[in-house]
Amino acid sequence: MSATWLTWSLTLAQIMLALAMACAVFRLLRGPRAQDRVLGLDALYVNAMLLLLTFGIRSGSTLYFEAALVIALLGFVGTVALVKFLLRGEVIE
Amino acid sequence: MIGATELPGWAAITTALLVLVGAGLTLTGSLGLLRLQRFYERVHAPTLGATLGTGSILIASMVCFTVLQTRPVLHEILIAVFMTITTPITLMLLVRAALFRDRHEAARRESMAGASSGERPDTDRPAS
Repeated sequence: MSATWLTWSLTLAQIMLALAMACAVFRLLRGPRAQDRVLGLDALYVNAMLLLLTFGIRSGSTLYFEAALVIALLGFVGTVALVKFLLRGEVIE
Repeated sequence: MIGATELPGWAAITTALLVLVGAGLTLTGSLGLLRLQRFYERVHAPTLGATLGTGSILIASMVCFTVLQTRPVLHEILIAVFMTITTPITLMLLVRAALFRDRHEAARRESMAGASSGERPDTDRPAS
């Protein structure tokens, strides 16, 4: 009984996270200025990391956790590089 | 779906509630990112998912794997610490970049308007 509860709530949570990713993609594509697009990309990788964590809970394997950790690390680096580009016009000076 | 169905009742209910709360908060934050009008308002919205949404989904994952493997599984704390450190840094840098761009554009527009209407700044006039 509680297992079906868990399965259904995980499905619902995955649908909600996918909708959140769709919102972030919309902001990424339609953002009026460049900083809106960077903000959309930041929200997109956080949501993707959470979606991977729910996949990990559902399948019971820790491989998804490592993928989520890599996304968290590299997303931060990517966002900081894009912000540097917005500030200076170059990433590496 | 091998692992999650073997959870005992209380752990399954706790995991389900925490995952639902985290996903709902993240969806709320992303809807705010979609709906708010100005950039400086939009910056606030996704932090809801980056702090509380991430925290509750990570706690759900910790509960699930601790019960499944019958030993304390705490490596989700790595992601929590990392998100706590990086989210403020990212957003402060982003807002500073946006402020810089806005001020740069405003200054350029002002100077263009001054040049087109023939008015010069006070520094160009000879002192009388």
